[in-house]
Amino acid sequence: MLRLPCPHCGERGVVEFRYGEIPTVPEHLVDPAARDLDRAFMRTNTEGIVIERWFHEAGCRRWITVRRDTRTDQVLEVVSRSSGQQSDRTA
Amino acid sequence: MNEFVERRVKLRFAEPRRAYDVVIVGGGGHGLATAYYLATRHGLTNVAVLERGYIGAGNSGRNTTVIRANYGVPATVRFYQHSLELYQRLEAETDRSIMHQKKGLLWLAHTEMGLRAEHARARINTACGSETVFVEPDEIKKICPQLDLAGAGRYPILGASYHPHGATARHDRVVWAYAEGAMNRGVDVVQRIAVNRIRTSGDRVVGVDTDQGPIDAPIVLSAAGGHVSSLCSTAGVRLPIRTHPLQAFVTNHYQGNFDAIVASTELLFYASQTARGEMLIGAEIDRQPSYSYRSSFDFLASCSGRALALLPFMANLRILRQWTGVCDMSPDYTPVMGKTGVEGLLVTTGWGTWGFKAIPAGGEAMAELVATGVTPDLIAPFAIDRFASDRTLADRGSSGTH
Repeated sequence: MLRLPCPHCGERGVVEFRYGEIPTVPEHLVDPAARDLDRAFMRTNTEGIVIERWFHEAGCRRWITVRRDTRTDQVLEVVSRSSGQQSDRTA
Repeated sequence: MNEFVERRVKLRFAEPRRAYDVVIVGGGGHGLATAYYLATRHGLTNVAVLERGYIGAGNSGRNTTVIRANYGVPATVRFYQHSLELYQRLEAETDRSIMHQKKGLLWLAHTEMGLRAEHARARINTACGSETVFVEPDEIKKICPQLDLAGAGRYPILGASYHPHGATARHDRVVWAYAEGAMNRGVDVVQRIAVNRIRTSGDRVVGVDTDQGPIDAPIVLSAAGGHVSSLCSTAGVRLPIRTHPLQAFVTNHYQGNFDAIVASTELLFYASQTARGEMLIGAEIDRQPSYSYRSSFDFLASCSGRALALLPFMANLRILRQWTGVCDMSPDYTPVMGKTGVEGLLVTTGWGTWGFKAIPAGGEAMAELVATGVTPDLIAPFAIDRFASDRTLADRGSSGTH
């Protein structure tokens, strides 16, 4: 199972977290309706490194920002936005 | 047909040529079925199927082989019912054993909500030409004596919808039957060739770039499963797809007969017995979008707990192996098929955790679209523009994995 190193609680299994996607609407879409549609349904679905948010629901109940490689599920970096503190734990 | 006496499947793989009328990216069930129907129904054989690994290596070789049509939306019921019927005739049509076995499928309800959903499912299915009936607990016990109707005291079985034509087939054999049929008619199936990019000129497709050089084609069909987003992004096409891993496992041999397929959407659990006697168990997708094929112990632990609540005999079985596939999930749990807005670029995706059962109908419909340029009525509701026009086909309760 994917394990996330929470900067507040230590390394925990992914079942403790809730996933928070950061929607990315391409810049070239300018029509507001097209942007709304893209934000609601379309996904970049990156096969590689993504930056995403996770809510530590069953732990400290704080949001963390994670850089993860979706090809391997390797967590490259974890940042706690609330404290601005960057974790030195990398997988 | 007896698999021990049938003649061997003859697969003759090709070297890629520089140009084709149609290039299909992905040598799984959907890609190969499309090629097969292009050749048999439409006489189009200047077609290449390009597979990055070996045919059936992706989700076609990793699914849990259930064939059913008990969906919750009229358009999908009709589509899957047609697929189920094509599967019933596939052995006769291809003269190949696919080990098709009619088993009957129980879709269990553990709550009042679940009961309402299964009553509704039976009615929608009946209205749309698929056979599903509501059954009470005493009938459930007759269909599947191994079920604990008390659900270990936690998940009581209050009723179920029963889909008598629910079936299974051997997934590799389905892939091989379509591949052989296509090859024999002149389709080039190429293995170990990676498509890196779709080439476009203006707003139309002109071919693909592969690790063995460019291949020209005025029509390119993406049948790349979980990897569809990366592929289509090279042509500037954004899709409503997120890729999630789905895990499954089999136990060692169960000496009893477990005839039916049993599923519970409320527990996110389904079970059937393979031709080898193993119990085959599937459950929900992993929650994070990912392309990782890694399996996890946590999945085994949580899934086994649910299995034991319904099927206590499984406590005496051991887990033999587990595996993972990466699924192209659509937001409304319904496939996304057809044109993309880029002329000549077609997709068959959104197959999420329900793609195996759709292989014959999906391939047949995509072949018709490729050959005629007109979207068949059967798959018209699955067009990508349904998201913009607010005609989504939300059917989460029929997927069995969410």
